[in-house]
Amino acid sequence: MNEALTIGGMALVTFLIRYPVLAIVGKIDMPKRIFEALRYVAPSVLAALVIPMVLLPNGQPIQRPFDAIPLVSTILAALVMWRSKNLLATVIAGIAAFLILRATLPLFVS
Amino acid sequence: MRDTIPMVVGGIPFGILFGALAVNAGISPFGTQAMSLFVFAGSAQFIAAGLVAKNVGALFIVFTTLVVNLRHALYSATLAPYLRHVKARWLPLMGFTLTDETFVIVSKRFEERGALPYGQWYFLGSAAFLYADWQLCTLVGIVAGQTIPNPQEWGLDFAATVTFTGMIVSMLRNRSTGLAVIVAGVVAMLANPLPNRLGLMLAAMAGVVAGVIGKSLFREDQVRHE
Repeated sequence: MNEALTIGGMALVTFLIRYPVLAIVGKIDMPKRIFEALRYVAPSVLAALVIPMVLLPNGQPIQRPFDAIPLVSTILAALVMWRSKNLLATVIAGIAAFLILRATLPLFVS
Repeated sequence: MRDTIPMVVGGIPFGILFGALAVNAGISPFGTQAMSLFVFAGSAQFIAAGLVAKNVGALFIVFTTLVVNLRHALYSATLAPYLRHVKARWLPLMGFTLTDETFVIVSKRFEERGALPYGQWYFLGSAAFLYADWQLCTLVGIVAGQTIPNPQEWGLDFAATVTFTGMIVSMLRNRSTGLAVIVAGVVAMLANPLPNRLGLMLAAMAGVVAGVIGKSLFREDQVRHE
């Protein structure tokens, strides 16, 4: 990972998402359909990233109870988000569940 | 200013956590602060730290940032009609500082009061406050993160997974989005053996198509959900 390249790239794409629309949309009318389709890009890509991460830990289907820790923690995090609508609380709850399960599961399952 | 305070307070733990996670993920303290200074996008930075911990390449991190921040184009499109009278030279600065927090604060104000003659000052004042807050908290996090040993034990790589999950849940406002998420997830599982993240692209496209079809299928045009 090249740090300068990563940060520079992140800064550039972020600016190119935020600024041009702000500058152009005030002047001309953008096709509404494009924005409607854009709404689905983020949830789709995020789902495409998360679901294999959780259901195929280490690239393999879940076999041992230990493999299910990410799945269980993620479901818990989703419930916290749904209830609290607070991303920080969700991240903390998810990581806490992950760490606690990882530390305590070996005590119950060998 | 007063409207921004809750967001500034809410950002404090997030900024500190980002700084601590990023240095433990292997980003240099300088690079961590630079990310806050130049990218200024909380969720994307958080996810980037998680991805760096997983040794993901620069290109993929930049692509993920693009995806995660696409929602900002919608924010810009929403705010732009209220900013027609603002001089063009202010717009790059406003674009740079447009975050979730600023959008929530500013769009609420504009909706309540319409386009204000000095709307750009309201926008930039709020954004400047949040920007300063974010820089300071990142710095605190960097210092805190360097004094805490054993970063691998933090479940750092898992942080990206839960952050993504939280964002998905926050986007589930209607049935068509739910359909997009399910279709994208199923296609991602089926296409997982494909090389070079091809499965990810296929799954994303399938999700978008499913969402657009779902939108007309569920007649969401007629019903306002937001």
